[in-house]
Amino acid sequence: MNSDFSIAIDNQKIATITWNCEKKSMNVLSFEALETLEKLIDQVIEDENITACILTSGKKDFAAGMDLNVLAQLKQSAGENPAEGVFNGVMKMHSVLRKIELAGMDPKTKKGGKPVVSVLPGTALGIGLEIPLSTHRIFAANNSKAKIGLPEILVGLFPGAGGTTRLVRKLGAMAASTYLLEGKTVAPNKAQAAGIIDQVDEDPMKAAREWVLNATEGDLVKPWDQKGYKIPGGTPYTPNGFMTFVGASAMINGKTQGAFPAAKALLSAVYEGALVPFDLALKVEARWFTNVIMNPSSSAMIRSLFINKSALEKGAVRPKDIDDQSVKKLGVLGAGMMGAGIALVSAQAGIEVVLIDQTQEAADKGKNFAEKHLDKGIKLGKTSQEQKESVLSNILPTSDLQLLSKVDLIVEAVFEDPKIKAEITQKVEGIIPKNCIFASNTSTLPITDLAKASSQPNQFIGIHFFSPVEKMRLVEIIRGKETNNTAVAKALDFVRQIRKTPIVVNDARFFYANRCIIPYINEGIRMVAEGIPPAMINNAAQMLGFPVGPIQLVDETSIDLGAKIARATKAAMGKDYPDDTVDEVIFWMEENGRLGRKSKAGFFDYDDKGKRTGYWQGLKDKYPYSKKQPSLQDVQHRLMFVQVLEAVRALEEGVLMDIREGDVGAILGWGFAPWSGGPLSWLDILGTAYAAERCKELSSDYGTRFEPPALLLEMSKTGEEFYTRFGHS
Amino acid sequence: MKDVYIYDSIRTPRGKGRKDGALHEVSALSLSITAIDAIADRNGLEGHAVEDVIWGNVTQVGEQGACLARTAVLASQLDESIPGLSINRFCASGLESVNLAANQIGGGSGDSYIAGGVESMSRTPMMSDGGAVGVDPSFTFDNYFVPQGIGADIIATEYGFNRDSVDEYAVESQKRAKLAWDENYFSNSIVPVRDINGLLILDKDEYMRPATDMQTLGALKPAFKEQGELMPGFDKVAIMKYPHLEKINHVHHAGNSSGIVDGSAAILLGNKEFGEKWGLKARARIKGTAKIGTDPTIMLTGPINATEKVLTDTKLDIKDIDLFEVNEAFASVALLFLQAFDVDSAKVNPNGGAIAMGHPLGATGTMILGTLLDELERTDKELGLATLCVASGMGAATVIERV
Repeated sequence: MNSDFSIAIDNQKIATITWNCEKKSMNVLSFEALETLEKLIDQVIEDENITACILTSGKKDFAAGMDLNVLAQLKQSAGENPAEGVFNGVMKMHSVLRKIELAGMDPKTKKGGKPVVSVLPGTALGIGLEIPLSTHRIFAANNSKAKIGLPEILVGLFPGAGGTTRLVRKLGAMAASTYLLEGKTVAPNKAQAAGIIDQVDEDPMKAAREWVLNATEGDLVKPWDQKGYKIPGGTPYTPNGFMTFVGASAMINGKTQGAFPAAKALLSAVYEGALVPFDLALKVEARWFTNVIMNPSSSAMIRSLFINKSALEKGAVRPKDIDDQSVKKLGVLGAGMMGAGIALVSAQAGIEVVLIDQTQEAADKGKNFAEKHLDKGIKLGKTSQEQKESVLSNILPTSDLQLLSKVDLIVEAVFEDPKIKAEITQKVEGIIPKNCIFASNTSTLPITDLAKASSQPNQFIGIHFFSPVEKMRLVEIIRGKETNNTAVAKALDFVRQIRKTPIVVNDARFFYANRCIIPYINEGIRMVAEGIPPAMINNAAQMLGFPVGPIQLVDETSIDLGAKIARATKAAMGKDYPDDTVDEVIFWMEENGRLGRKSKAGFFDYDDKGKRTGYWQGLKDKYPYSKKQPSLQDVQHRLMFVQVLEAVRALEEGVLMDIREGDVGAILGWGFAPWSGGPLSWLDILGTAYAAERCKELSSDYGTRFEPPALLLEMSKTGEEFYTRFGHS
Repeated sequence: MKDVYIYDSIRTPRGKGRKDGALHEVSALSLSITAIDAIADRNGLEGHAVEDVIWGNVTQVGEQGACLARTAVLASQLDESIPGLSINRFCASGLESVNLAANQIGGGSGDSYIAGGVESMSRTPMMSDGGAVGVDPSFTFDNYFVPQGIGADIIATEYGFNRDSVDEYAVESQKRAKLAWDENYFSNSIVPVRDINGLLILDKDEYMRPATDMQTLGALKPAFKEQGELMPGFDKVAIMKYPHLEKINHVHHAGNSSGIVDGSAAILLGNKEFGEKWGLKARARIKGTAKIGTDPTIMLTGPINATEKVLTDTKLDIKDIDLFEVNEAFASVALLFLQAFDVDSAKVNPNGGAIAMGHPLGATGTMILGTLLDELERTDKELGLATLCVASGMGAATVIERV
């Protein structure tokens, strides 16, 4: 028998079932443990020496959720028919939780049950909340760090162990939607206020004991098991409920742009479940949950956003045999937007930061940014005054380079000009310790070239942050030709300290992220030149799940920056340069002073506050809409493949060393269609054979940039998958 | 197919579909009986005179539920051997009832039918019959469900009808309806609604606002802007179906959309033998009927496709048609028809339409076909076409020819 759950009975005949997974810092539910739990619940119900039961955790938190490997096991459990395996497995979960909920009651009269309550010492997420939701009352410790919620939607699932059905019946469809659809997690006091849990107490065990000893039969019967129960807010075909459900469909469809199958399945489970009795609603929930699990998108999302993301965060690609390289004192060169952001997140991680700029005033401005950010956190109740003071005390703004004499990592974030970068590199190298690692936060300049300015190019590395630093979760680490393993380990340990997700790539033009993003923007602009309405281009991208379409993105990043990169790229590539059509548009925009949001004029018009008011009409005059418009699928495939093929080429050329990084980096770095699991996962979903064929079509219709790379061609012959060939088990 | 003729056509006046509307006190059953008895009386029908009564009715719940057609037949003077069939093709129900009846007769199933419809929108509100169409995610997501008003605004956006052009159309509809009433163009068809004692309740369309001008309409706020742009945000869904659109231009409001009203109408159809048997003179021949499904998101473009289909089937050209009735569900629907077929606007809805007089959902199709017939007779023209847009993306059309 699995030992994750154990039982103890005290002299008041109260049984305490304690969840405590061995060798794990957090409880996660396995299928074997579920069977143990069921046996213990059977014992509670049958043993006359037990009158009540408290379910709690032996750890500081209750549970983090399901062991996601269970889903793979379930798929395999029914042989030829994986859907049946998943469905049966989920129904098994329902039956155990329903057993807890009914706790030995007479099925008709609902009399005679024993109180079963849960006590949450800390965080309770996913199944870690779904199990408590099946108990008769949820007590939680007054632990402001604890997170309570059902975040399944964030990895492409939805709560499938009754969480959806129970929360809707508890709160009503409208109130439950924040937690189910957005995966919002909250501290215990907020969860209590929302009605998700019942009681927050300094001593929840004591409160729970008191409650079970005094509970009456009626206290145990869930509202939905009582006669005359109605879902708060109404079912779909009541006057109130009708408007709620009409609105929910439209709102979720519009918000997810149809790109997230789990959101739609969740809503179906809610809608269909609301029309039938509770037990049938659980069955309907199981059918939709199975449907989501069987959708290749959900496995791809789980793989990238859960399994591989956490593997990368735990050092999956860190060079072995290098001691801990945690940063103690960091030097940040340049206190502009990027430098200030890097200083902030580092100081928040408890790292001492020397923030350098040319003048004291400029350096102070960088620290001021951190202060403002922390003040915002205080306003939102996310940051305390003490936290603010401690973070700010970690940042020393100065123009005095001598103060860098004891730092162990430098992140240079000065102007994107090789000359300026070379100068500061040499200046600083005269001051910093010999073993200090020097990193550049360049987004486009080759690291190997920048390293030439260094006397120790083996200690020179790229650490590319995304803007805004405090929000973006990805950091791209670039290994120059001579960069050594210690430098890579240093960068990875630093990223771990600041709790972001790293990828490590080899040095090449635009590294990995910008290598894909730039063609995405360019393809959008190319379509403008072809006379495709910019609305079509942006909307097509948003319907793929991109947070912003290429036309909006170029307005955000600014058109003169695009023009500058284009000129530099053209100078470097010479006659092979493929993007003259694109340049024609952006150079013309630049000449007309339409530089994007910063100039309040770009592909969009803006009001005084910089808010978009609509597409600029002048663009249509210059590039009138063509009579023959492409299909939505053509537009979407162009936008997808132009990035995806770059990812394949990056893999082919050894810039990407690990496909997990290619997929995780794309989703976290620039919001690449999250439902796909990333560019390489998407090719697997499409099938490499189809993908190669489709690229050939696009190549003949729209240009040779879509010609399938040799690697894809080769794989397409046998339909080989990227995750079969390059995956990690 | 045998030739099928229209022998007679009547309608009630339309009452405002509100609690203070003249027909709010009149049940849908009573409205139905008024129309059925009137057409039976006028034509001296007795016994098993017709094969069936096909009755269009959209919101089939409450007093309009449980096959109102059968209830109405039994409560009317018709013989109990005549069964009664309620049908629902949303806004075209009243035309579909005629088309179904015509095609039954043409196919040899019965010599004659009463076809028509009823809707008491004041007593049984629109959409009170629920329906998966706007609610069930298994439908709404993949089919990009938006309400009709948003569909009408998509038409305006996609085909370039700005606020002025839809308002101008509405003003013209009011003018035409006023003239038609002033000149008694509808008098042959109107059957006043009376109470159980024979006292008059309503004898004229009550909804009209003949004083409407551009200024009064200009003051009205777009009706679908908020639900489109804010809560719950239908525009985003609409744009997923029409991604080349930057935004939806919300131009429709109560003044340029069809009015919510109560009313009922009936048409008597039969073959040649029926006319001979009862000594009735045919007024027109049904030349062709059509129904079709179209994109459900823009929803209301069906009249174009249905018209094309019926013209193809009848081997007619748009230029052959003398007069048109295009249901004015929304101004943009009629404007799209004018744009698509490039027909003289004087030929389309010459006596105004639902914007001025109202759109009693289940009855409207029958009403506009009757209006078309009256006007063909008055102006001594030959061929007329009636068509309606239909919710969920459908269209229906009928071509009639005077005999």
